[in-house]
Amino acid sequence: MSDTDLAIRPSSDVRAGSDAESSPMVHTSSGPVDVSRIVGWGFDADTENDPTYSYRDRSKDDHSGEWKRPTLQQPDVELLQSVEHKQLPAVFGTSSPPKWVSGMMRRAAFRWSESHWAHWLLLMGADRVNMVEGLVEDLAQAKIPNIPKEMGVRAEWQHNKKGLAAKIGIAAAIGGGLYLWSRSRGRDEEDLGEEERG
Amino acid sequence: MRAMDYRGPYRVRVDEKPMPEIQHPRDAIVRVTRSCICGSDLHLYHGMVPDTRIGQTFGHEFCGIVEEVGSEVEKLKVGDHVLVPFNIACGQCHFCKQGLYGNCHESNPAATAVGGIFGYSHTAGGYDGGQAEYARVPYADFGPTVIPDWMDPDDAVLLTDVVPTGYQAAEMGGIQKGDTVVVFGAGPVGIMAARSAWLFGAGRVIVIDHIDYRLEFVREFAPAEVYNFKELDDVVVFMKKTTDGLGADVCIDAVGAEASGNILQSIIGKRMKLEAGSAIALHWAINSVKKGGIVSIVGVYGPTGNLVPIGNVVNKGLTLRANQASVKRLLPKLIEHVKEGRIEPKKIITHKVPLDDIADAYHLFSAKLDNCIKPVLVLANA
Ligand SMILES: [Zn+2]
Ligand SMILES: [Zn+2]
Repeated sequence: MSDTDLAIRPSSDVRAGSDAESSPMVHTSSGPVDVSRIVGWGFDADTENDPTYSYRDRSKDDHSGEWKRPTLQQPDVELLQSVEHKQLPAVFGTSSPPKWVSGMMRRAAFRWSESHWAHWLLLMGADRVNMVEGLVEDLAQAKIPNIPKEMGVRAEWQHNKKGLAAKIGIAAAIGGGLYLWSRSRGRDEEDLGEEERG
Repeated sequence: MRAMDYRGPYRVRVDEKPMPEIQHPRDAIVRVTRSCICGSDLHLYHGMVPDTRIGQTFGHEFCGIVEEVGSEVEKLKVGDHVLVPFNIACGQCHFCKQGLYGNCHESNPAATAVGGIFGYSHTAGGYDGGQAEYARVPYADFGPTVIPDWMDPDDAVLLTDVVPTGYQAAEMGGIQKGDTVVVFGAGPVGIMAARSAWLFGAGRVIVIDHIDYRLEFVREFAPAEVYNFKELDDVVVFMKKTTDGLGADVCIDAVGAEASGNILQSIIGKRMKLEAGSAIALHWAINSVKKGGIVSIVGVYGPTGNLVPIGNVVNKGLTLRANQASVKRLLPKLIEHVKEGRIEPKKIITHKVPLDDIADAYHLFSAKLDNCIKPVLVLANA
């Protein structure tokens, strides 16, 4: 932050129209500064000029990082926390704690901030590894996953018999690894599809 | 309990999982009655969202009956039938105080850019979602809203995401009376954005997609002028021609990261994943809007980066507005719109599916079989 990097947005009490008795403070790299030291500060402040309307209520914007925190959930599983967080948020999910090789990759990823590609690429890599781990886990529990069923083959049969027949035919011609192969083919085709929001 | 279980890209199943428990005094446990599959769930299903772990239960659009509440829950009562906004929001942090309930700072350890979302990877907090018989709902007194007696649960479940997201897309567009509004994407959110554009006084509503059955639907439902971009030489030139050479006043991106329509974007964004998905819908929005216009983005993109013509944003003096919908903020207004018949959410539901058939429902929705627009899981105990 440089000396010129001032928080020049008008403060909340100016916006709320209260006649501030003591001048508000802004922060510079040398610490808090009385705005009266900044020539012209807030001169053109205009609450109407707010493109965040109507989804941001600036009247409650105090520009501080302090608030009355909710009761804190006590972690009983391993959590990976963004280095951009000052503290652990008050609640969190405990769905699937990191484990195995993918867990090691995820832990490594969280050494970088959300701003680094390494963070996201490692997580994406971990997801792919985790998929294989899931298969191994199933087999270790003597559970053979019904992959065609998991991929919704019945819906394909009901509504796209031609497409399904083509997939199976080609896959059969190629031979082994039928299910794995048809899965990746299915993925390629659907990748070219479009997923609208909602 | 029975719950959806993610096993890897294009693979989901129903498994027996432990019952969710109260983990925080403001939690509730909800017995799910309705739960949608969302277009954004397909980004997870396709393996596009980082830190989507095997074993997680998806589902951020659900309603259900309160089974149990934590010691700090004061308003919700056991037996209440509630709709649960997809955002997990505390109601008191820096961002919640400003009404930014989609950006809560007290619900997601893994990232600061996004608040907690039910069943939406660990990047959105690692919560199990509502595609299950039961779900844990944090901050139960803040988000969940009791469904009015007169409201059909099929309408209620669409107020958890689709309707507020579509509505906020139009709201962020700053639509003025008579404005021409272009909506990219005729999925459920695009459909609701087109419907909502009229509520803000649009003079003309145009919807662009490449899936004819969805265009047919929105033509009637919104109603809207619809065009299939595969039949247009150049979407942007077409938009200019149809608006006196000026461009639209407002463009809405209701597609996001898995957009079709551009080979380059599809290859580097969707296949090679070198950008956070294909950004062609946003590209078209930026180039189709008039100078000084507004681009409103509700399509979901990944966290890394995208190729978009940012130079044109500068040169055209555009305003970009975007956010995850702040569902709780909009609910009072939207419930009123449903009551008065100004929005009829359940008309977009094309498929009602039992939880056990979830793998078929995902595939059907993903592959756009059987003219699917919106699949809803109806739980057996509902
Ligand atoms: Zn959704
Ligand atoms: Zn909050």
